[in-house]
Amino acid sequence: MTTLTDPPKASFRLSQLIYDTRYRSITIQVIATILLIVGIYWLVNNTIQNLAALGKDFDFGFLTQPAGYDINQRLIPYTSQSTHGMAALVGILNTLLVAFLGCILATFLGVTAGVLRLSNNWVVSRLMAVYVEGFRNVPLLLWIISIMALMTEGMSRIREFRVGGDASMILNDSVAVTNRGVYIPGIILENGFLASSAMNWLILLVILIISVIVVRGVRKRADAVQEDTGVRPTTWYQQLAILIIPVGLIMILMGAELQYPELRGFNFSDGVHLRNSLIALWLALSLYTGAFIAEIVRAGILAISKGQSEAAFALGLRPNRTTSLVILPQAMRVIIPPLISQYLNLTKNSSLAIAVGYMDVRSTLGGITINQTGRELEGMLLLGAFYLVLSLVISGAMNVYNNRTQLQER
Amino acid sequence: MKNSVLLGALTIAGLAAGAAAAGTLDDVKARGTLNCGVTTGLIGFAAPDANGVWEGFDVGVCRALAAAVLGDPMAVEFVPTTGQTRFTALASGEIDFLARNTTWTFSRDVDLKFEFVGINYYDGQGFMVPRALGVSSAKDLDGATVCIQTGTTTELNLADFFRSNNISYEPVPIETNAEGQQQYLAGACDTYTTDASGLAATRAAFENPGDHVLLPEIISKEPLGPLVRHGDNEWADVARWTLNALIAAEELGVTSANIAELASGTDNPEINRLLGTEGELGAMLGLESDWAMKAIMAGGNYGELFEKNIGENTPIGLARGLNALWTDGGLVYTPPFR
Repeated sequence: MTTLTDPPKASFRLSQLIYDTRYRSITIQVIATILLIVGIYWLVNNTIQNLAALGKDFDFGFLTQPAGYDINQRLIPYTSQSTHGMAALVGILNTLLVAFLGCILATFLGVTAGVLRLSNNWVVSRLMAVYVEGFRNVPLLLWIISIMALMTEGMSRIREFRVGGDASMILNDSVAVTNRGVYIPGIILENGFLASSAMNWLILLVILIISVIVVRGVRKRADAVQEDTGVRPTTWYQQLAILIIPVGLIMILMGAELQYPELRGFNFSDGVHLRNSLIALWLALSLYTGAFIAEIVRAGILAISKGQSEAAFALGLRPNRTTSLVILPQAMRVIIPPLISQYLNLTKNSSLAIAVGYMDVRSTLGGITINQTGRELEGMLLLGAFYLVLSLVISGAMNVYNNRTQLQER
Repeated sequence: MKNSVLLGALTIAGLAAGAAAAGTLDDVKARGTLNCGVTTGLIGFAAPDANGVWEGFDVGVCRALAAAVLGDPMAVEFVPTTGQTRFTALASGEIDFLARNTTWTFSRDVDLKFEFVGINYYDGQGFMVPRALGVSSAKDLDGATVCIQTGTTTELNLADFFRSNNISYEPVPIETNAEGQQQYLAGACDTYTTDASGLAATRAAFENPGDHVLLPEIISKEPLGPLVRHGDNEWADVARWTLNALIAAEELGVTSANIAELASGTDNPEINRLLGTEGELGAMLGLESDWAMKAIMAGGNYGELFEKNIGENTPIGLARGLNALWTDGGLVYTPPFR
C-alpha cells in the first residue's frame, strides 16, 4: 500500500512558489504586502502632488485663528471671537451630548421593547413588533427629518404664546412646546463657589459620583448581611438619603434656584432651550437604535435555556424576579457585545446632524470651519481622528463591563 | 507631519484624484461639456424651470461661457452646490467654473486659492421679516432667532453686525435656500438673512410676498462673482473675458437682437474686435474668433440677462441700482477690448 516514492529533491524550482503549499502562503503574503505598499505610496504621492498643484500646504495653525461665526447650542462659553479650536470643542461637546442622551434613551427603549416583544400578551408583543420593524426598516435620515418637520410645522409658533394667542404653556406654565424647540425650567446657581458655572456643576457632579460609590458600599454590606443571616436589611431609605442629601445641601448653599422660561421679546428666555435640532436628532437616533437593541435583547433572552426559568419558577420566584435575577443577568453576556456596536453606530450616526442643522463637530469643525479656512484635509483628518478615538473609548469602556459580566469559569 | 500626510492621503486621495490644476480649457474642450457649479435653487439666479432646464442670471453666465468655449450654450452640466460644498467641488475639479452668487473676499481669493474672474452682481446683506412682526430696523432684532445659511460670508457678517451693535441673536443654521425659506415661513426663525438679491428672489416665490418686508439696513458689501481655481491663468482669462464681453456688449449696444447685423461689420472698431471681425482676440484666448458673439447670443448681453432673469419686469423685481453700467451711474465696468 505504501506509495512513498523518491524523497523530494532539495533543488528549488520557481513554480514551487505557486504550486507548493509550503511556499504558496509566503508568496501570497509578499505580493499582498507589495500591493499594499504601492497603493499607499500612490495615495500619498497623489495627495502631495495635488496639494502642491492647488498651492496648498498642510498646517493646523487655523485652529488658533478666530472662528468668526456663532454657534447656537454651546455647553461652554463661546463667542464669534473664539478660535476655530474652541468652535471644534463646542461641536465635540454637542456630539457627546446627543450621543450620551441617545445611548441612554435607546437602551431604555430597546430593553423595554425587547422584553415586551416576548410578552404573552398578544397586543403588546405585536405592538412592539410594529415598532421594531417600522424603525429598523426605514432609513434613519428620514426619521430625523420627519421629526424635525413635525416640530417646526406642527408645534405652536412663538407669537401664538403672546397675550391673546391660541397656545399656552403646559405643566403649570413651566414648559413651552414651540416650533423653535421645547423650553423647560432650568436650575441656576445664584452664588456658586467658583466664578465659572461649568466648574460649579463639575463640583456637584463629583459629589454625586462619590455618593454613588458610597451607595454601592451600602449595597455590598447589605449583600454581606444577607449572605450571613439570610435576611436582607432594608436600605433603600439610606441609599436615597446618601444620593440626595449631600448634593441637595451643596445646591442650596450655592443658591440653586429654579428658573422658568418666560416669553420676552422675540423668544422665550431663561430656563433651558431644547432646540428642535437636538430633539429631532436625539429622538430619531434613540428610536432607530432602540429598535436594533430590542432585537439584541430579545435574542439574548431567547438564548437562555427554558430550563433556567422553569427552575426559577420551581424555586418559587415570581415572574418579574425570575426575569431580573435569573434571565437578564445571564442574557447580558449575549447582549453586551452586539450592544457595543449599536452604541458605536448611534455615536457615528449623530453626524447626520447635518440634516437638521444641529451644531455637532461635523457642523463646526467639519463644516463651517473647513469652509471658511479651506483646510479640508486637516479638518477631515481631525474629524476622523475624533470619531475614531470616541469609538475606541466607548468600545473600551463597554469591553471592561463585558469582562465583568462574562461567564466566570470555575 | 509625515505620518499625518500619509493618513490624510488615505482619506482624501479619492477626492483629490480628480483634481487637475492646469489645462482646464483643454479638458472642457475634450469633454465637450462645461461643468458649472450653481446653487441648489434660487429663482432668478439659478433654478430649473418646469422642464428641468436650468435658467437664471448665474446660469446665463455659465451658458455664455459654454457658448464661447464650445459653441453650444446648452453644453453645460449643472452641478448644484450648497454654501458648504461649493469650494470643495471647485478645488477638487468636480466643476470647472463656479457661478453661485459667491462673495469675492480676500481670504477666498488668497487663502482658499481661488481666482474671482469679475463681479456680476454688486450686493449687500439684508434681513427679511414678516410684516406682522412690526420690526422696522435690524437693530431692533435683539434676541431674535435668525435663519442663516452656513458656510457663507453672511454668517460671518451676521456675527459681526450683532456683536458691534451689542445685541444678541440665536442662529438657526440651514444648508440651502429652500430649507431657509421653509423654516422662515414656518416661523422657526423671526428673520431670514442673506444677500438682498437672494431675499428678493426668495420672497418672490412666497404665496403672499407683500406680507414680508426687507429691513432698510444693508450690513455688508457682497460683490458676487464667478470664480475658478487659482493657478490656471488661461482658463481664468477665458472666464474673465467672457463675462467682460457680456458687459462690453451692453455698453456698446450689442444685443441678441442686433448682433447678427453687427457681426457683418460696423464702423466701430471695438465692436468689430469684440465680435471677431477685426483683430485676433479669440485666437489669443485659444478660442474661435466669434467666441464673444456666441457668448452674447447665448442669452443676450449683461443688461438683457439682468432684465430677463431678475429685472424690474420679473417677479423678483430688482432695480439695476449699483448694477447699472458705469455710464448710467452704476458700478458695472469692463476693461476695453483691445
